[in-house]
Amino acid sequence: MKRVRAFGAFWYDFIVGDDWRVAVAVVVALAVTYGVSTTAVPAWWVLPVTVAILLPLSLWRVARPRRAISLRSEDG
Amino acid sequence: MSGGALFVAVFLACVVEAVEALTIVLAAGTSRDWRSAITGVLAGVVVLALIVAVLGPAVTAIPLGGLRLVVGGLLLIFGLQWLRKAILRASGLKALHDEDAIYATELAAAQAAPTGRRGLVADWYSFTLSFKGVVLEGLEVAFIALTFGANQRNIPLAAIAALAAVLVVTIAGIAVRAPLARVPENTMKFVVGIMLTSFGIFWGAEGAGAVWPGADAALLVVVPAVAVFALASVVVLRRATTTPATTGGAVAS
Repeated sequence: MKRVRAFGAFWYDFIVGDDWRVAVAVVVALAVTYGVSTTAVPAWWVLPVTVAILLPLSLWRVARPRRAISLRSEDG
Repeated sequence: MSGGALFVAVFLACVVEAVEALTIVLAAGTSRDWRSAITGVLAGVVVLALIVAVLGPAVTAIPLGGLRLVVGGLLLIFGLQWLRKAILRASGLKALHDEDAIYATELAAAQAAPTGRRGLVADWYSFTLSFKGVVLEGLEVAFIALTFGANQRNIPLAAIAALAAVLVVTIAGIAVRAPLARVPENTMKFVVGIMLTSFGIFWGAEGAGAVWPGADAALLVVVPAVAVFALASVVVLRRATTTPATTGGAVAS
């Protein structure tokens, strides 16, 4: 059981990585692209817009706590 | 996409991972037993070859539309991971990948570990350390080479790029007999992150039914756009965070 769990954890880490929200957002964006492509509206822009929103959000989630710590240490 | 871009993307990704694997193998061989370390490398290469041999035909058998959807999605998730780490490193929020430091850590751990023989392997620790290093670093490269190659219906070119990279790093490693710390690994990871993200966007959208304006020529806009966006993110993060790049604000992965 331990090995199965470790095997699963390895593949989760390999594919999904540090931020599971990125993986979920990409899957949702692909579904939205498919949905839009079935209409008369062009669908190519969905993924670039998703990346333009997703990447800064994911980066900020890491940067924000460090910035707060840094600012606190400057205040103190 | 031209064959050149396929070759460059796979070659760079493979060089980065091969340099990391070399550091681990060097630590195992130098500190303990070269024969066991090299046996571990060979066993790792065999496992990787088996994985590619099984997955290669399976991947190429998938219809192109479905392949681009799945592979595009995976590449985009993968690419965003690489790019995210590369941007954090470039902006000083994550410690730069330092082969010398990693080598020193691996060396210390290898020297402290107990020796032990198992079957034909004189030193089991050296064997497993090298084996794991090659398989774990190589798996990522195998995935990139297979997906890029399958999408372009040119797996042989991807395989040549991967083998060329391994050969270059191996020769350099034998010549230097030290971790290849001078390889601009962080910059190369940044470039690979841009390539994976760009092709993930392109193929993922195509696979999901989108039609790109200008067809394949759209990549000539997507790749530079992702690069500019990533570089701009570095600038913004550097300004937004007050933590200097060389201080304790950076963490290693």
